[in-house]
Amino acid sequence: MAGTGVIMLLFLVAHMLGNLKIFFGAEEFNGYAAWLRTIGEPALHNSWYLYIQRTGLVVAVVLHGVAAYQLSKRDIRARPAKYEHKRQRASYATRTMRWGGVILGLYIVWHILDLTTLTVNPLGKEHHPYENIVADFRIWWVNVVYIVAMLALGLHIRHGFWSAAQTLGAVNKRRDRALKITANVLAASLTAGFLVVPVAVMTGLVD
Amino acid sequence: MNLTLRIWRQQSSEEEGAMVTYRVEDISPDMSFLEMLDVLNEELILAGDEPVAFDHDCREGICGACGMVINGQAHGPERTTTCQLHMRHFKDGDTVDVEPWRAAAFPVVKDLVVDRTAFDRVIQAGGYISVPTGSAPEAHATAVPKEAADFAFEHAECIGCGACVAACPNGSAMLFTSAKVNHLNVLPQGQPERETRVLDMVAAMDDQGFGGCTNTGECATACPKGIPLPSIAAMNREYLRALRKEKSRSKG
Repeated sequence: MAGTGVIMLLFLVAHMLGNLKIFFGAEEFNGYAAWLRTIGEPALHNSWYLYIQRTGLVVAVVLHGVAAYQLSKRDIRARPAKYEHKRQRASYATRTMRWGGVILGLYIVWHILDLTTLTVNPLGKEHHPYENIVADFRIWWVNVVYIVAMLALGLHIRHGFWSAAQTLGAVNKRRDRALKITANVLAASLTAGFLVVPVAVMTGLVD
Repeated sequence: MNLTLRIWRQQSSEEEGAMVTYRVEDISPDMSFLEMLDVLNEELILAGDEPVAFDHDCREGICGACGMVINGQAHGPERTTTCQLHMRHFKDGDTVDVEPWRAAAFPVVKDLVVDRTAFDRVIQAGGYISVPTGSAPEAHATAVPKEAADFAFEHAECIGCGACVAACPNGSAMLFTSAKVNHLNVLPQGQPERETRVLDMVAAMDDQGFGGCTNTGECATACPKGIPLPSIAAMNREYLRALRKEKSRSKG
C-alpha cells in the first residue's frame, strides 16, 4: 500500500504542477502537453516514455487496490463480532480510506475516458487539451464530479501519506509532528492545485 | 449513585451471548469499576443468579488481567486499566454498556472473560533473550546507552492487557507486538535474536488471526500504559532491516 501510494503521490505532484500551466494560455499549455510526448527522445521513440509511465501507474493503481482488498478482508475477518455500543472511531480521513479509495478508482476511469482517450469529452479534439478542458468545466456536473473527487483525494492523502511513512518505518517521536504537518500540507495543496483549474474555467479566468 | 448496566452475558464460547440489563444502587463514587461489579455479583449470588465472570488479578493496574470494553472504549473513559477506573467518572443515573474484548484471536470464554493465549503465542515466538546458565552476570558488565534504556523501559511497560486489539477497528495486535519487539531489540542483551525475533513474532501474530494495521491510532489512544503509535513504525523499521539482513545472509 505504502510503496504504490508513494509512486502515485509523486506522479500527482508533477501532474498538479503541470496543470497549472493552463494559466499561461492555450499555446503554452498545449505545447507543454506536446512536450510530454517527447520526453526521452531521441533515445526513446515519440510517446514511448508516456506509455512506460502509464503502464507503471496502472500497475501501481491495480496493486494498491488489490492490497487494499486483501487488507480489508483480513481486517473484517479479525473482528467477526461487532461491539454493541457503537462509537465513532478515528478521524474522518481515516474512516473514509476504503470508500474514498473506491471513489478515486472510479474517478480515474472516468478521468482517462474524458481527457486521455477523449471518449466522453464534450469536445474531444485530439492534441488540444486546453480546449478539451475548457469544454469540460463549462458543464456543471463535470465540475461536481471533479470537485468531489479532488476532496476525496485530499482526505485520502491526509491519512495516506502519514500512514505510508508509518508503514515504511520513517515515523519516530521526533518526526511524527513534522510528518503529520507535511501530510496536511500535501493534501491541501494538491486539492487546491487541482481545483483552481475548474474554478478558473467557471469564473471565466481561463477561457 | 445508581446505575443501569447492560452487560454481555455468554455461557460459553459455543453459546450465543446477549446484553442483559441490571440495576445497581448506592454505588460509592470512590469504588473502582471492578468493585462496582463485585457489588452486582454479590447481589446476583444472593438472588441465586449466576455472577458475571470477569478477569482480574492485581487490581493495581500492573498485571493486565482485567479488561472490558466500557461504553465502547477499552478500559472505559479514562486512560487506565479497568481496576483503576473509578466510579466518579460516571454520573448518577448513567447507563453503562460492558462488553468483552472483541477479536477473532480472543474468543470469549464466558461473559467478559476472553482467551488471550494468542498473545502468549506471539511472546513464545521471540519475546525472550538467550542467557547462559550459571551464576548471574555482573549487572554493570554490559553498558546500556541511556537513550536505549529509556526506549526499552517505555515499551517494557506493556502489560499485555489486549486493549490495543480491542480498540483497533481491525482487531490488529501491532501495538502489542511492537512493544515486545522494541523492548528487547534495542538492548544489547537482545542483539543475538534481533532479526529472528521481529520476523518470528510478526509471523506468529499473523498466524493467530489478528487483523492488519491501517494506522487508525485507536490502539495507542486506548493503551493504559501509553505505548505510542510510532512504536509500530519502529517495529516496521526492524522488520524491513531483518528482511534485508536475511536476504544478504542467504546469499552469502
